[in-house]
Amino acid sequence: MSAEGWYLIFPDSPGASIAMLVVLGMVVLYLARMPVHQAIRSITRVLRNGMRLTARSLELLEKRLVARNREVLLSAGREAAERVVEREFERVEAAVNRDLSDYPALHRRLSASIQRIEEDYQSHAESPPAPDDWVHAVDTIAKISSTRDTMTKVLKDIQTSIERDQSTALEEYRKATNERHRLLSRAMPHWRKLVKGIDSVSVALNRLLERSRSIDRYMEEYRSIVRGDEHAERALSSSSITQFFIAGLVLVIAVGGALVNFHLIARPLQEMVGGSAYIAGFKVSQVAALVIILMEIAMGLFFMEAMRVTRLFPVISALDDRLRIRMGWAAFVLLFILASVEAGLAYMREILAQDDAALIAQLAGTDTAVAGQQWITAAAQMGMGFILPFALTFVAIPLESFIHAARTVSGVLAVLGLRALAFFFRLGGNIFHHLGALLIQIYDIAAFAPLGIERLIASRSAEHKASPRAKVAEA
Amino acid sequence: MKLKTLFIAIACMAATACSAPADHRQGVYMLLDTSGTYTQELNKAQSIMNYVLAKLDSADVFAVARIDTASFSEKDIIAKVSFDEQPSRANQQKRAFLENINRFVKEVKSSTYTDITGGLLQGVEFLREAGTGSKTILIFSDMKEEIPAGYVRDVPLDLTGIQVVALNVTKLRGDNIDPREYAGRLEAWRGKVERAGGQFRIINDLERLESIVQE
Repeated sequence: MSAEGWYLIFPDSPGASIAMLVVLGMVVLYLARMPVHQAIRSITRVLRNGMRLTARSLELLEKRLVARNREVLLSAGREAAERVVEREFERVEAAVNRDLSDYPALHRRLSASIQRIEEDYQSHAESPPAPDDWVHAVDTIAKISSTRDTMTKVLKDIQTSIERDQSTALEEYRKATNERHRLLSRAMPHWRKLVKGIDSVSVALNRLLERSRSIDRYMEEYRSIVRGDEHAERALSSSSITQFFIAGLVLVIAVGGALVNFHLIARPLQEMVGGSAYIAGFKVSQVAALVIILMEIAMGLFFMEAMRVTRLFPVISALDDRLRIRMGWAAFVLLFILASVEAGLAYMREILAQDDAALIAQLAGTDTAVAGQQWITAAAQMGMGFILPFALTFVAIPLESFIHAARTVSGVLAVLGLRALAFFFRLGGNIFHHLGALLIQIYDIAAFAPLGIERLIASRSAEHKASPRAKVAEA
Repeated sequence: MKLKTLFIAIACMAATACSAPADHRQGVYMLLDTSGTYTQELNKAQSIMNYVLAKLDSADVFAVARIDTASFSEKDIIAKVSFDEQPSRANQQKRAFLENINRFVKEVKSSTYTDITGGLLQGVEFLREAGTGSKTILIFSDMKEEIPAGYVRDVPLDLTGIQVVALNVTKLRGDNIDPREYAGRLEAWRGKVERAGGQFRIINDLERLESIVQE
């Protein structure tokens, strides 16, 4: 028998051989049905349970991560709110120191002004008119008969004397009135000073009130965060994602600046460290340029940290104020030196670029055109070399925001990833479960004939068993 | 435990950085055919040399030698330079090199024979001694070798790791009559170089010199 005709049980009749093989195959499948069913069920159950277990574990992990993210978010929010409130209190302190520190002096000035005004008021009080007793005497004398000349003369003298006295009194009264007016006009500046002083106090108090309202608002936010309110969490999450993108954008811009800086100093550094030395596949000059830029960024970070603009290093924030300020100065001085070095390197770069251009022109056989405005390029490069390190200092602010926001964003992404993974594992478990049932059905289709016979026999047997009972029932 | 891990990590990094550092230096050895009427083509060779000079960097090595009757000799090296680490000094060296070459082109005299293989052997020796990372031999010639009687040039070559570039391979009168001669000559050189473990290329269009020297 050749290898090709191995299946020919009856060599003369391939059809009969195939039919025989099919029948045998069905019988074998029928006989192995139960163990195969059990094997399929076991395998799919193991896979399903494994996947469901994994999905469950992932869900639990997701829940823990969500809780952890929430803790981190609220903690970061709380810290930020504390910083804002602290800053507001610092502003209030500054305002109080600025506006109300001289309040005792102002109070003294106001008291002096009030006293002066009071004195003036007292002194300018209207003097009472002269007593009018002599008017009654005049009336009495006037009632005496005026037939006698002597009497007439006496009366006339009295009249003359009275008119003179009256004129004198009137004159004195006018003088006194003028004096009072003068005193009143002298009190005017004191009044103005008083009003101004009171106004300034009023402005300072209004400012303080405004600040206190801000503090109240921030404190309310802080309380909301401490309570762990949902809206506070949502606001913080949204703020974090926004911060992540904004800070990321600013960092990309900063990277652009750093690249420009890098190209400014990489070429001249070849003159110092050589142009052919390599470290880990990179030119030493490029590594040196990168190190200088990274040092500048580090100095910028320390400076910002020492100025308490950022809080990336708790150790620096916790330093004694004097030491912290000294550290800030040290960082600034180093930054200044590095910036000066960069300016020098940028100038050197221009000289080297001119030399290269001259050589290329010589090699190309063309004349070197010396531009008259080369000093502009040199000055621009020097300026950039000096300014860019200081500009990079401000990278600390977006970097801090980015790092803090990245924690939240990465947490959210991890949660999403875990959720998706759990979903796929659960889906996979269900697929395996139904796949097992499907495989069993397909297996039974392959052994349909013996199964049909089995069912037929089973139904006959059932009928056979049922028929005596039916007869009994009919009877 | 942490310190140990840190130490191992640092040691691994140091080993990665220090083990077998790749040599980025380039070595270029240029052979100039000065036989017969080919000397008239030397102006083109000059522009190629200028191009190579412009592209080479600090610590690279460059030498120019002539192909004459017997080229396996240091005397045939017209100018050689190993550029300084400092780019500005390398520029000065390039200027001096350029002057040497210009002087040679003005004063060059034709040779009777063309010993390309001898020049190739000399170039290999020079580049192996320089020990640069990449090694290139530029042959500015029509690739028609004519060796005087008595000179043995059927010697085994070792061109492993060396790139041989034939430049400005002009067609001779015989090539015009039977182009198979030209193709056969180039194929013979290709076979010779590749059998010796080298790479062979032909650049006739001098506008396409970019691939000769790496940036």
